[in-house]
Amino acid sequence: MKLYLKYFAINLKCQMQYKAAFFIHLLSRVVLSFATVASVLVMFARFNEVEGFTLSQVLLCASAILMSFSITEVFARGFDIFPRLLGNGEFDRYLVRPRGIIYQVTASHMEFGRLGVFVQAIAVLCYAIPNSGVVWTWDKILTLFLMITCGAVVFAGLYIIFASFTFFTTEGLEFMNILTHGGKEFGRYPFVIYGGGILKFLTYVVPLAVVQYYPLLYLLGMEDGVFYMLCPLFGILFLIPSYIFFRIGLRRYKSIGA
Amino acid sequence: MITLSGINKTFRVTKRQAGFAHAVKALFSREYEVIKALSDVNFTVGDGEMVGYIGPNGAGKSTTIKIMCGILTPDSGVCDINGRTPWRDRVAHVAQIGVVFGQRSQLWWDVPVVDSLELIRDIYKTDEATYRRNLDELTQLLDLGEILKTPARSLSLGQRMRCEIAASLIHSPRILFLDEPTIGLDAVSKIAVRQFIKRLNAQHGTTVILTTHDMQDIEALTQRILLIGKGRILLDGSLEELKKRSSERKTLVVKYSGSPPPLVTGMAISGEKDGRLVLELDPAIVRVNEGIAHLAAHCELQDVSVSDITAEEMVAALYKEYQI
Repeated sequence: MKLYLKYFAINLKCQMQYKAAFFIHLLSRVVLSFATVASVLVMFARFNEVEGFTLSQVLLCASAILMSFSITEVFARGFDIFPRLLGNGEFDRYLVRPRGIIYQVTASHMEFGRLGVFVQAIAVLCYAIPNSGVVWTWDKILTLFLMITCGAVVFAGLYIIFASFTFFTTEGLEFMNILTHGGKEFGRYPFVIYGGGILKFLTYVVPLAVVQYYPLLYLLGMEDGVFYMLCPLFGILFLIPSYIFFRIGLRRYKSIGA
Repeated sequence: MITLSGINKTFRVTKRQAGFAHAVKALFSREYEVIKALSDVNFTVGDGEMVGYIGPNGAGKSTTIKIMCGILTPDSGVCDINGRTPWRDRVAHVAQIGVVFGQRSQLWWDVPVVDSLELIRDIYKTDEATYRRNLDELTQLLDLGEILKTPARSLSLGQRMRCEIAASLIHSPRILFLDEPTIGLDAVSKIAVRQFIKRLNAQHGTTVILTTHDMQDIEALTQRILLIGKGRILLDGSLEELKKRSSERKTLVVKYSGSPPPLVTGMAISGEKDGRLVLELDPAIVRVNEGIAHLAAHCELQDVSVSDITAEEMVAALYKEYQI
């Protein structure tokens, strides 16, 4: 953990070398993510509610998923640019250092410019919190916290799987973006609106609904079981298949060479 | 102690012909070509030895180094380094070795070098006292001083390579792998790097394995060379033995005025360089002093130089001999 902070510091130092670029990047991310929110606003300009959810409730949902996604983009950046790490030999360097591989990939690349989305999501959240009709008790606050953090974990798991494919193809696979960026875009609305099949898929295969739809029901008082409140914790389990998949890929890398 | 025995390694490479039709075909069925990168590689390197690993591009040098570093797993064979198998015991193994890839950097590009070194210290869990001692020594020997405060991106290649070497030695490894450490360096930097490696080996008893295409590296550094070609170890011996093995021919470079001199048996013209005649002389047939005396008697000599075959020529001859 102490080492992680050192990595954190060196990443920050590197990026602060180019202050103008950093802030332009940050700003562009804020502006870009406005589109995500704007489309929700446009939708609600025509309809008063979507599948029983009001504007503020959808914005609450959207800001939580945006935060999760941006946390992952900042801290799991190494998996996003994984094809590059394999291509330029940086990955070989990790293999000759006495630390875990996943740890090194995570720690070596953080991109703080991607916090732009986070900043913007906070603004949306500030609007949604008082307007969503949620009575904010400690358990609701905990649920929201779990939604955001566990959501980041699920996205990280997706990034790891995305990276693992690179071991087999050496090129990145764009279809994974359907789940990562797609998850963020579609996750603006509670996943239930896309129908039962998709909801099942997002519950049992890629557990994005576990960190979004179910705890949201608890937040909004539509369900009050503890299960719904702690549901996001199941998302963490998603790291297990991701990890196994990565190990399989790594074994292949070491036996076929690069 | 490094022992490799019966190491085999094959790579599967997709074969594809040029053209759009073939590209489409390749989407559905791919043809693979199996390339034997290493076949039955055996050698042993003792503690504190310094070994030059040579061979043409694509011969399998880097593959061997990568196996010894634990980056690659061979198809079959045994590799034992200080009692460990690199790819099975990666973390414990790599804590004991240092690796310099001449063509790649391990420094963080945008921060002063010393920041990178401190992070590397923490990655290897090197204690502060050892770090200080190593850093002081490296700073002095590699003349790092001011360079340490400069971001890696603004260093010259020679300065950067010195820092790369320092970064690989922070944790006092027992074995140092150098993959083309002098590539692209100017003469002064090359000599500095060589002197440092020599000293490291002499003073700390660090085992050094280095690959290079620069024969001067080999001449300056190593007693023992391993020659690899097409994935096989072809030769394992000292530089002196090799020199003896390849012919004893001497090269005479002669500058003269007037008409070209006649030659005696045992001498042959091998070329002309900057208006000088280059002659090959076989001392078994005609002695060097006799040869020069003969030349002097038949033309007006202005300058004569005699030299042994260079390591460069020797290796070129070896490559030719083994058809690699």
